[in-house]
Amino acid sequence: MLFYIFAALAILSGGYMVLTRNLLYAGFSLLVTLLSIAGIYVLLFADFIAVTQLMVYVGGVLVLILFGIMLSSRVHNQSVLSESVNKGWGVLISLLTLCGLGYTILKANFAGLSWLQNADTEILGAQKSTVQSIGIKLMTDFVLPFEIASLLLLIALMGAAYIATDNQKV
Amino acid sequence: MSQIPLEHILLLSAVLFCLGLLAVITKRHAVVVLMGVELIFNAANLNLVAFSRYDPSLLQGQLFSLFVIVVAAAEAAVALAIVLRVYQHFKTANLNEIATIDK
Repeated sequence: MLFYIFAALAILSGGYMVLTRNLLYAGFSLLVTLLSIAGIYVLLFADFIAVTQLMVYVGGVLVLILFGIMLSSRVHNQSVLSESVNKGWGVLISLLTLCGLGYTILKANFAGLSWLQNADTEILGAQKSTVQSIGIKLMTDFVLPFEIASLLLLIALMGAAYIATDNQKV
Repeated sequence: MSQIPLEHILLLSAVLFCLGLLAVITKRHAVVVLMGVELIFNAANLNLVAFSRYDPSLLQGQLFSLFVIVVAAAEAAVALAIVLRVYQHFKTANLNEIATIDK
C-alpha cells in the first residue's frame, strides 16, 4: 500500500538525517522526508496542503536550510561535518517519548469517539478538491488568522533581511 | 482514504516527532537543530491533517496546518538569519562553543 511506502521512506530518511554526520546529506534526506510527507497528505485527501508543503517546505525552507549549511560551514578548509553530543541522553529521552506516545496511541480508543463515528464517509462530498472550500473558509471564518499570518510574514521578512545584513558595511 | 487506520498515521507522526527531538538534542550544528525543529513541525501537521479527514465539511485541521506551515516558514527565515549573524560573529555555528554573550 502506498501509505506504508511513503511512511517507510519518511522514517528511513528521517533516521538517516539524524544519523549522518554530513550536513548536506542531512539536508537532502530531510528533502526526501518532506516529499514523502507531501505524498501522505495527498493520500489523506489534503491536496491543497500537499501542494503548499511542496512549495513552502521543499521549495522554500529547504533551499534556505541548504544555503544556511553552505554559508555557515567552512567548506574550503574543512568538510561539512557535524558532531553529535549527549548521545546517550538524547536516545534515551527520544525512546521514552516514543514509548509514551506509542502506548497512548495504542491505548486510546479512537473507534469509540462519537465525532469520528459520525464522520461523513463521503470524504469530499460533491466537489473532489479541498481548494474551493479552503479558499472560502480563509475569506470567511478564518479571515483574522489569515490577515495576522500576512502581517507575521511581512514582519519576518523585514526582520530576517535586517538581521542578515552586515551592519558595518551598510 | 478511510482504509488507512488512524493509529498508523499517529504512530508515524510520533516516530517523526521523536526523530526530530533526537536531532534537536544530539546535534551540535545550529542548522541541523533547525532541521529537527522542522521535522517536529511536520509531525504535528501530519496529526492535524489526519484528524481533519473526519471533518470534511469544516476542514479545521487542514486550515490550522496551513497556518502552522506559514509560521514555520517565518521561523525558518528568521532563525537562519540569526544563525548567519552568529556565524559571522563567532566564526562557528557550533552550539557548544557559542556560550558567551559578549566577545
